[in-house]
Amino acid sequence: MRVGLLGRKVGMTQIYEPDGTAVPITVLECGPCTVLQIRTAERDGYHALQLGFDDKKRKSASKAERGHCKKVDAEPKRFVRELRQDAPAADIKEGQTLTVDVFNGIKGVDVTGTSKGRGFTGAMKRHGFKGLRATHGVKRMHRHPGSSGPSADPSRTRKGIRKPGHHGAARITVRNLKVERVDAANNLLLVRGAVPGADGGYLMISQTNVVG
Amino acid sequence: MRNKFLELVEETSMKSTLPKFEIGDTVDVHVRILEGDKERIQIFNGVVIARSGSGTREMFTVRRIVQGEGVERKFPIHSPRIADVVVKRSGKVRRAKLYYLRERSGKAVRLKERYPATKSVAEQKAAKAERRAAKRSKAAAAKAETAN
Repeated sequence: MRVGLLGRKVGMTQIYEPDGTAVPITVLECGPCTVLQIRTAERDGYHALQLGFDDKKRKSASKAERGHCKKVDAEPKRFVRELRQDAPAADIKEGQTLTVDVFNGIKGVDVTGTSKGRGFTGAMKRHGFKGLRATHGVKRMHRHPGSSGPSADPSRTRKGIRKPGHHGAARITVRNLKVERVDAANNLLLVRGAVPGADGGYLMISQTNVVG
Repeated sequence: MRNKFLELVEETSMKSTLPKFEIGDTVDVHVRILEGDKERIQIFNGVVIARSGSGTREMFTVRRIVQGEGVERKFPIHSPRIADVVVKRSGKVRRAKLYYLRERSGKAVRLKERYPATKSVAEQKAAKAERRAAKRSKAAAAKAETAN
């Protein structure tokens, strides 16, 4: 079974290893998640677990959500995602609760979330362009992207030219973050390094598919 | 800190008993150093000029003069590599950050010594009352002598 859970980013801090090395870690509040539905190849064409995290008020859930969760005797969830499986997960039943314990013995995880939104952003911040010069006659064009292509020959801008535009607030996956600690008592998972999004943002955490 | 989960995590990496020292103290910092598989302790001596950060990231800065050149080292308080901090002398200071020492050299770098209270408040009061009584009896004796 491919192991995974839904969770929330708590924030970053650092811990020390016994030899004094400081480790930058992100604390994730991971689970408990309810298995709301199991997708099977026969019925849905693929295998997956539909997980739900973080209860929400019944009155703020739609009737469809309430009915869906009632089937497995659970409260409506704020965050629902599917975790794809390569094969049917035989030991998992609908309505079962998964806790952070599932990550015991797992070395690395992939974390998927929504990155911080930056709004409409210039080419320098969005694509790392260098901009124009600060002096030598440059006039009010210091952060410009420069030319967007040749002139008369194509007589148009080629497709795929990087331009200013909306930046951030996209689905980002960081792969193979090392699991530093699993704290089952507080439902916490400590991973080494940064994860996408702001503190408090929802995340999907799954066993890494990076080999080796 | 603002988040209880972060606090929980940081507590596991923090020392339960921190060495006690204040800004302006001259201290010996005992640093564990690994050489191959042998561990030894190196001592860095100097004046604590700043303390910054919170939680596991709390740091303190120690400044000393080596061969006429100012040297500053910043240590993480909670690091397992900091074996101990021994106060050698306490300085009388009125600031939390002694960055003004960087602009000074020679004799101006010295800080006035502060003698931390070793006696309790009650003991100090008793001592004061005793001194006062002694003074009074002495004065009375002197008065009696002049009267005679």
